[in-house]
Amino acid sequence: MESKHTVSVLVDNEPGVLARVIGLISGRGYNIESLTVAEVDAEAHISRITFVTLGNETTINKMISQLQKLVPVKKAINITLDKQGIEREMALVKVVATGEKRVESLRLSDAFRAKVIDTTHDSFVFELNGSPVKIDAFIDLMTPLGLSEISRTGVVAIARGSEKL
Amino acid sequence: MVSAQLTGAEMVLQAFEDHKVDTLFGYPGGAVLPIYDELAKGKNSIHHYLVRHEQGAAHAAEGYARSSGKVGVLLVTSGPGVTNAVTGLADAMMDSIPLVCISGQVPSHLIGTDAFQECDAVGITRPCTKHNWLVKDINDLSRILHEAFYVAASGRPGPVLIDIPKDIQFQTGTYIGPETIKHKSYRPKLKASIDNINEALKLIVKAQKPIFYTGGGVINSGNAAVQLLREFVRLTGFPITSTLQGLGAFPGDDDQFIGMLGMHGTYEANMAMHDCDLLINVGARFDDRITGKVDEFSPNSKKIHIDIDPSSINKTIDVDVALVGDVAHVLEDTIKLWKSNVYKTDKPAVKSWWSMIDKWKEKDSLGFNDSKTTIKPQFAIQRLYELTKEKDTYVTTEVGQHQMWAAQFYKFNKPNRWITSGGLGTMGFGLPAAIGAQVAHRDKLVIDIAGEASILMCIQEMSTAIQHKLPVKIFIINNQYMGMVRQWQELLHDKRYSHSYTDALPDFVKLAEAYGAKGIRVQKPSELDKGIQEMIDYDGPVIFDCVVDENENVYPMIPSGKAHNEMLLGDENEDSEISDEGKVLV
Ligand SMILES: Cc1ncc(C[n+]2csc(CCOP(=O)(O)OP(=O)(O)O)c2C)c(N)n1
Ligand SMILES: [Mg+2]
Repeated sequence: MESKHTVSVLVDNEPGVLARVIGLISGRGYNIESLTVAEVDAEAHISRITFVTLGNETTINKMISQLQKLVPVKKAINITLDKQGIEREMALVKVVATGEKRVESLRLSDAFRAKVIDTTHDSFVFELNGSPVKIDAFIDLMTPLGLSEISRTGVVAIARGSEKL
Repeated sequence: MVSAQLTGAEMVLQAFEDHKVDTLFGYPGGAVLPIYDELAKGKNSIHHYLVRHEQGAAHAAEGYARSSGKVGVLLVTSGPGVTNAVTGLADAMMDSIPLVCISGQVPSHLIGTDAFQECDAVGITRPCTKHNWLVKDINDLSRILHEAFYVAASGRPGPVLIDIPKDIQFQTGTYIGPETIKHKSYRPKLKASIDNINEALKLIVKAQKPIFYTGGGVINSGNAAVQLLREFVRLTGFPITSTLQGLGAFPGDDDQFIGMLGMHGTYEANMAMHDCDLLINVGARFDDRITGKVDEFSPNSKKIHIDIDPSSINKTIDVDVALVGDVAHVLEDTIKLWKSNVYKTDKPAVKSWWSMIDKWKEKDSLGFNDSKTTIKPQFAIQRLYELTKEKDTYVTTEVGQHQMWAAQFYKFNKPNRWITSGGLGTMGFGLPAAIGAQVAHRDKLVIDIAGEASILMCIQEMSTAIQHKLPVKIFIINNQYMGMVRQWQELLHDKRYSHSYTDALPDFVKLAEAYGAKGIRVQKPSELDKGIQEMIDYDGPVIFDCVVDENENVYPMIPSGKAHNEMLLGDENEDSEISDEGKVLV
């Protein structure tokens, strides 16, 4: 059965490494739903790439072993399979509204613990952290209230507990 | 030398020396002139072979590598130089051949400006190299050069590319010797877990209908792997079949060898694969030419898979025991455990398995209707084999029917003697690959078994052969057709031979002479042996135009989308239906 999987990849942070990882994924016919990348160990020059893709467990496993074949890839795991995996995303959401709708958007944002980081007379920019599902729900609620623009970071993920990738 | 101040161009040649490279295939151009200038200074012992097209350089490096077990090295200029080499890099990637390709790049400050002869070499070659580098700092160059040789040759071998901007070739920096440099993360696993080997041995002891299925990984692993494979196969007494790339790892004329398997494999090999209860894959990758229809592939067997590439495990076929490691290392441990536990096979069961196989052999699936008047292509290769088998002959091929007949009818008893483009199936491979093999083995007989269509794809390398006095023999199975294409059109497209007739062919004898080689043409079976002998005896390159029956097809054949036990054995069962699902496969 196809479902979303979140994969974390530790790589040597060298030129072209992202292109290599992404090229392999698209070259073998998979799609990427979201992608984040940043250096996580400045001394050892290691970056962590996290991406979300659609597939069944077997195809994701095959993708992971292909990724592990890349020379600069140190490790790759399917965080979704790890029941303890934590996934978080941040979104900036702009809502343009006045009157009732404006008040309602502010009230809802409070329920989601979103922060207002910019205000004008007819707009808000909310900052929201949480699971992708929570962000989707927030966006759904804002749509009728004057949603005008969204920017999302894409998922970052980590396993719970003391174990290290 | 641990460190020294050198220019980038000097570093390249110093690294060649440090990695014991004495052979280089290349073609000059603006962006590699500093390196060519170093070559001209003659301070080193590198032989540069000037090719006539960069695709030729890559295939020659492949032929050199495959026939010698060393890394093949090529040097090309930026832009068209490197794009021309791409086919060869992709070919080496598919067949796991270690190559180091050095490409020139426009100077650093012009990168990204659409400069003259600029192309994104690392971008273009990323999917067809094992790894590649763009050098941005002279002080990274020596490390990258050493990493390149390490990555190309270790683990599952493959091609790598280093793109060096021209300004970096001129700059001076610190060269550090290979002793002190270690790749920071790439460490392929060589030994399989002993527990898994014991699992495998349990299956081997119990097996009643076992078979070894071996591939190019055995050859890549090296001579030790070949010897250990031979020892283990003899210890067990099991039948052994091989992929196209694995031919020669086990002697082709040995009684335990039941022929090549796969799309054009023998009846006995494919039937045994289908019916076996234990399949021992040694260094092969369950390629689609081998498996046929995946859901019906070897349905009743337990499967053991030895492979150095973990991503090959369960990629297309799920296996019961995976032994991830280098073939030689794994087989060494396997044999040790086998001996120390005094394991035995189920002899009576294996004996009756052999009698089943012998029944299948009686079909004589490679049989063909010989003729007194026209040369049958199979006959031509049989004669070529008979007349050259006493010599230590190296055979390369182009791609098509002739390639399959060569695999079926030429028997290889040693590894590294058979050099063919399997994964990519590159027409034009054979002649430059033969040149590379001849460079590695100056005194040996090297033959490119060719098709009249394929040979024209890299025919320009005849000049290379003449210039460097490389006496390669090109044996053209001339059937006037892109025979393999014609065969598929016959079977799948109601004999509509769309553009597969090779019209307007050159006169190959005159063509040979134009290059300064010898041309021989034979049209009658009775004159074949004499012609072949003349070819062998001639001290120089030969183009042999062997005019053969136009209509022969390669059998047996597992048509696309069919299972191993649905093989076509000859022209009589040609009209067996191929499903639409099968037609879309290649
Ligand atoms: C570069 C390239 N282009 C196209 C093909 C497709 N192809 C495979 S075999 C073949 C025909 C080869 O003809 P020839 O060299 O005469 O060999 P024959 O099959 O007749 O022995 C073609 C066109 C290929 N393998 N490689
Ligand atoms: Mg032909």
